[in-house]
Amino acid sequence: MAVYNLYVFDKYGVMLFYNEWNRLKKSGMTQEEEAKLMYGMLYSIKSFVGKMSPIDLRDGFLYYKTNKYALHYLETPSGLKFVISTDTASINVKELLQQFYAKVWVEFVVRDPLWVPGTPVTSDLCKQKIDEFIKQSPIYGIKNI
Amino acid sequence: MIIYGVYIVSKSGGLIFNHDHNIPRIENEKTFSYPIDLVLDYDPKKVSVVFGQKDGINVGHVLVSINGIMANGGTLEDGRDVKAVIEDANNYPLNLKFSRPRMTTNEKIFLASMFYPLFAIASQLSPEPKSSGIEVLEADTFTLHCFQTLTGVKFMVIAEPHQTGLDILLRRIYELYSDYVLKNPFYSLEMPIRCELFDNKLQALLEQVEKGTTALIEK
Repeated sequence: MAVYNLYVFDKYGVMLFYNEWNRLKKSGMTQEEEAKLMYGMLYSIKSFVGKMSPIDLRDGFLYYKTNKYALHYLETPSGLKFVISTDTASINVKELLQQFYAKVWVEFVVRDPLWVPGTPVTSDLCKQKIDEFIKQSPIYGIKNI
Repeated sequence: MIIYGVYIVSKSGGLIFNHDHNIPRIENEKTFSYPIDLVLDYDPKKVSVVFGQKDGINVGHVLVSINGIMANGGTLEDGRDVKAVIEDANNYPLNLKFSRPRMTTNEKIFLASMFYPLFAIASQLSPEPKSSGIEVLEADTFTLHCFQTLTGVKFMVIAEPHQTGLDILLRRIYELYSDYVLKNPFYSLEMPIRCELFDNKLQALLEQVEKGTTALIEK
């Protein structure tokens, strides 16, 4: 059980997409509140990393790990934020997120004429493609003992 | 292995110790002709670059000096206004020196207490039960390792990216802390650490680590 959940935020902090797989613990708040907390944390980490860095940043924050999970982060120049929680053994998640952006997000969300930018994704086709993409990814099946 | 700094945060979130180690000084000097091709932000406290990075002068860098005269925020040492000097075509060519801003002590205290809620939220947002807070945080230019003791004191080490073995270093720093800080009769808990012996031992440990002798266990 390797991938726990995936968030997509736009540059204003609106949650465009959320899905979870095998999540074992609920945070005890509504999804809306949780998304705000998550975005707030990422925003703070971004500013923390910018000030803490001894030299000039290029990509900025990449991921953090706790003893139970890892949270990987990808931000596009346009401010879209992709956040994925996995187990701590997963590697190359950044490349996976980049592929997710290029192959799924651009193809099925940005090119969907019925999607209004800045609103959550509602298309069933898109949701199904995202689910397929994550389930086929190499990190989905890793069993962490 | 390059270590950039060591921070110790008390259980209430205050910075009680900080040691900077080998932070590279990034400075760039360049002669400009009128009009300058950088977009500057004139703040009373600092003049910084907001757009147009080139020749190593990046966005976020602050102005250090003009023609060798130091700038104190928005004014020069000789009393002239930075904005007036830069916008006057008669002063050109101008030699401007920019550097990446260094953290002041106040900023360090602020950042250390900022890490405290991040640590707590990371544990609360965990998809798995019983998760700890952030242990490793990685950016493209540095990695931060954090070790929280059972009593809630946090030890943080900032080093170059993709470093391993920092958890052993953190435990060694914890040992030094217990030996030289907690056993110091003049030290009161939760207060900033000013113990010379601890500073010396830490310095020696960091030098030993940097030489690559990862056999840190030797004391």
